[in-house]
Amino acid sequence: MFKAESWSDQKIEIIIGNLLRVGVSISAVVVAFGGLLYLTRHGKTLPDYYTFQGEPAALRGFHGIVHNAIALQGRGMIQLGLLLLIATPVVRVLFSIWAFAVERDRMYVGFTIIVLAVLLYSLFGAGAAL
Amino acid sequence: MRCAGPMPDLLILASLSFSLWISSSFFPNFRVHGLVLVQNFSTLLWHTSIGYPPMNVLEFTGLVFIGSFVAGLLGALTGLGGGVVLVPLLALFFKVDIRYAIGASLVSVIATSSGAAAAYVKEGFSNIRIGMFLEIATTIGALFGAYIAGSVPTSAIAIVFGAMLMYSAYLSRRPRTAKERNVPQDALATRLKMNGSFPEGNGIRHYNVKNVPTGFGLMFGAGTLSGLLGIGSGAVKVLAMDQAMKIPFKVSTTTSNFMIGVTAAASAGVYLARGYIDPGLTMPVMLGVLGGSLLGARILVEAETKWLRILFSIVIAVLGIEMLYKGIIGGI
Repeated sequence: MFKAESWSDQKIEIIIGNLLRVGVSISAVVVAFGGLLYLTRHGKTLPDYYTFQGEPAALRGFHGIVHNAIALQGRGMIQLGLLLLIATPVVRVLFSIWAFAVERDRMYVGFTIIVLAVLLYSLFGAGAAL
Repeated sequence: MRCAGPMPDLLILASLSFSLWISSSFFPNFRVHGLVLVQNFSTLLWHTSIGYPPMNVLEFTGLVFIGSFVAGLLGALTGLGGGVVLVPLLALFFKVDIRYAIGASLVSVIATSSGAAAAYVKEGFSNIRIGMFLEIATTIGALFGAYIAGSVPTSAIAIVFGAMLMYSAYLSRRPRTAKERNVPQDALATRLKMNGSFPEGNGIRHYNVKNVPTGFGLMFGAGTLSGLLGIGSGAVKVLAMDQAMKIPFKVSTTTSNFMIGVTAAASAGVYLARGYIDPGLTMPVMLGVLGGSLLGARILVEAETKWLRILFSIVIAVLGIEMLYKGIIGGI
């Protein structure tokens, strides 16, 4: 009984681990591609991070970032890769809900839904609340 | 004879020169030939530290990549995490505004946590129930931390950061608890199905968990620090699990690594909406830390890291003092 449970836990964790690795790999490739675009176009300009101005609105939200990335803008492409990176833990939490549901562990389905709600609030609600 | 002593240093030198060589082939500003490369590199470092003549984006990106790569490598080799030195590196050395530095660091923390997870998971140490339950506390804390980061003055953030660095350096010098602990079954932990087991030697070692409310509270604090400072705050997470909840050290560290990505994602949304995440800066930081930490995790098994840990904890302490100083005199 105990063994069977820990075995399936182990299997779930391996799937989650691979899921995370794939997510990070995809995002790293997108970021590197965007980086190449950015460096070939802006490599000779001067960096300006000494004073904080904040990013332009187009690089702060989903629509602007996706729009910029489709237009093959280097900075938009990097930002899209970073969005994919931020999304990997969210997908991991989503997968965990399913995994706990398969194990019929209602309590942990509940806990995981709370974590998901906080993540989604940060990603979608935070901008509006500022 | 085992060549344990100088090995990590050699590895770092080798990887540093390798990354230099790689970047030199990408950036025509660097010359590939031995001494000239070193000379150019030290000239660049000198110019960076005095801020004149100004670097262009290519040079800046190359140097930030190398610095982040080394931070990720050292962080993985010593188990102290590279994220904690990224913000001081960017803020003190590259003179980046601390808000951009925090944004870049936070995103990179997600990459290292998720990138390393696959390797940790195979060993079967991490406990997903403990991790998921405590993530309720860390994500709410992270959201809270990210919100207050917007209204706290940057000098105060630098001071908290300095204190956090000093504390991490202190923790790294403490002996780890490896011995078996006889923890009696705790009613709440049992109800939450937190007690678990992991493979050890030829058998399986079972463990019990206690002090869940204390651990939960400490995790809220760890999440707040993560959201405020853009770090993984793995040190606080491990402290909460190992010291307060009496979870075996190996389970604590791997579960903490698992939790770091989800915690950081909770403040990333707020950072993105606030414009803290700059693509041009985050790109070399994220790719560098990821590459360095993956390489570090790969060579971790062979390397003898005792002296490296001492060295790195001194670096962390010195950075902590400088952050405190800059925060107090208002230089950040």
